[in-house]
Amino acid sequence: MTGAVIVSGRSSDHSAKSAFDFTTSVGSLDLIAPILTASGCAASGRELDNYFDITAIGGVVTKSIMLAPRSGRATPRMAETPSGMLNSIGLQGPGVESFIENDLAWLRQRGVRTIVSIAGGSAEEFGKVAAKLRVASGFDAIEVNISCPNVEDRGQVFACRADTAAQIVQIVRRNSDNKIPIFAKLSPDVTDIVEIASSVAQAGASGVSVINTLLGMVINTNSMRPALAGVTGGLSGPAIRPVAVRCIWQIRNALPDLPIIGMGGVRTGHDALEMVLAGANAVSVGTTIFSDPSAPMRIQDELEHELRSRGFTKFSQAVSYAHREVDVILQSDSQTEESDHTDEDWDFISE
Amino acid sequence: MNSGALQVNGEVLDVQRTGKYFVMSVTAPGIVERTQPGQFVTVGMGGETSSMILRRSFAIQRVHSRGMYGGTLEFVVSPAGKGTKWLTKLRRHDPLNLVGPLGKPFTLPTKAVSCVLVGGGYGSAPLIMLAESLRDRGCRVDTIIGASTEMKLYGELELKRVSTSLTLTTEDGTAGIQGRATDALVTILDAAQVDVVYACGPMPMLASVAEESTARKVFSQCSVEESMACGIGVCMTCVLPIVGEDGVTRMLRSCVEGPIFRGDRVRWSDIGTIPDGTLGKEVSQP
Repeated sequence: MTGAVIVSGRSSDHSAKSAFDFTTSVGSLDLIAPILTASGCAASGRELDNYFDITAIGGVVTKSIMLAPRSGRATPRMAETPSGMLNSIGLQGPGVESFIENDLAWLRQRGVRTIVSIAGGSAEEFGKVAAKLRVASGFDAIEVNISCPNVEDRGQVFACRADTAAQIVQIVRRNSDNKIPIFAKLSPDVTDIVEIASSVAQAGASGVSVINTLLGMVINTNSMRPALAGVTGGLSGPAIRPVAVRCIWQIRNALPDLPIIGMGGVRTGHDALEMVLAGANAVSVGTTIFSDPSAPMRIQDELEHELRSRGFTKFSQAVSYAHREVDVILQSDSQTEESDHTDEDWDFISE
Repeated sequence: MNSGALQVNGEVLDVQRTGKYFVMSVTAPGIVERTQPGQFVTVGMGGETSSMILRRSFAIQRVHSRGMYGGTLEFVVSPAGKGTKWLTKLRRHDPLNLVGPLGKPFTLPTKAVSCVLVGGGYGSAPLIMLAESLRDRGCRVDTIIGASTEMKLYGELELKRVSTSLTLTTEDGTAGIQGRATDALVTILDAAQVDVVYACGPMPMLASVAEESTARKVFSQCSVEESMACGIGVCMTCVLPIVGEDGVTRMLRSCVEGPIFRGDRVRWSDIGTIPDGTLGKEVSQP
């Protein structure tokens, strides 16, 4: 966290495009690049492969899968909000067996780095889904969705309590291959997210995914009733990004070595950079996919540009960089020729 | 899967007001060449710094693959909300981000059969391209367009040109026959041999088109209107209950499994619910 990274002047010179190491490790999960799709926003990646090469990003986090097929909630399931949206899909899906046979088979054949998101209505169901996946194999990690807000009973949002969150992680760990990393997806709707993160880490989670949506609500002023059939829904999109950055920051601050996948309202590479600086080892792109189907690839390219322009030569140098204790010497990466400097290069000096 | 869909940066060529609606002509290189009748495009809203993060979807009215601008397409906007109002205020040369063509097109008959087209409000827009394709196949095309009032009728001139006959209906009697489009449909169904009914418009109209057609053993194809977040099959917002060939009801996405559905497969009266017997419906626990 306090490594002596050399930060450039504000050069944006990429003409000499030196090698940039974009690889990242999220615990034992090695990725060729740090951008993932967020669960529930990319199905199983197949539709998006039409808009960009899905194997060129870090990987796909699939839509949360449960044991049996599930119809989800009634419609309307969606409402647009300022810089965001509410959804109450309610975990519609084909069930884990169909998922393994169709979606996972496609991902494997396509060569996509795959993080399977799983959900359940009980600890037992989480365990059974994990056990089925263990038999199937052919994926790289599990994300345990203990924080979906679109369930009948608030008690099913296991991530709201440290003990229930830990219990689910434990049972998934027990039913999974030892070599498979497990990430617990946390809810921001808690008093102390650090407490939940510590608890799942102790229970065997390899890392955490932060954040899931925030519970929200919209009233339709024409019908003068709730806009969503499910009444409440999960708020996502750029509106929640500062909440996500805060959660990542707090967890990183308290648990310097815990792998973190950051997500919540990332729309540009600049947004992704913010999460990385706050402590994310990888960043998932979610709701933005709905407005821009090629967003994960675009954001990955933009993030590389943002990092290079700040003089980083490796992605890993930027992780948690906002937590550094002392500033190191500023040095341009563009061979520091005097003539390179314009007034603009020094506009960060206040007069 | 919309395996032929593209995301392109287009440009507004023209915005024409007609009645309560606006016809947008935009350049959409690549999309135009692939479009079939009944497909739609989604449009990014409000520019790069917009707080409207969801795209809006529009049925494609017509495409022109030649001409000085290369591929151009037309769609119709009813300025009802913030996004659609923004769209209709755009001017020539303003940029627009488009994704398309999306969704399954209308299924076209392989023989020269007799078709009735029913359009409600600006739902008649995609029927223009459809009518052209049907006429190219030698089909008879009887078109009905209906609306609550004359100002909300759409496509009269264009549809008159491409249809064998055109019937207008308005509920307030300001144009054509007073009544609903489906009343005119029933008259045709009872008077003549009809092989296929195609419909696009508000859900209650589609429900009754499907009901009247199915009751007379006439095949119907309905283009549904469900609110969508993504339009490309990843968000699961635009689902509705559809009965499969196996008799099982599933919540299917109107963006990729539709927007055209067989009228007899949609559980019209159950839209907005998860009907009993739907695959994966949760049984509430005691």
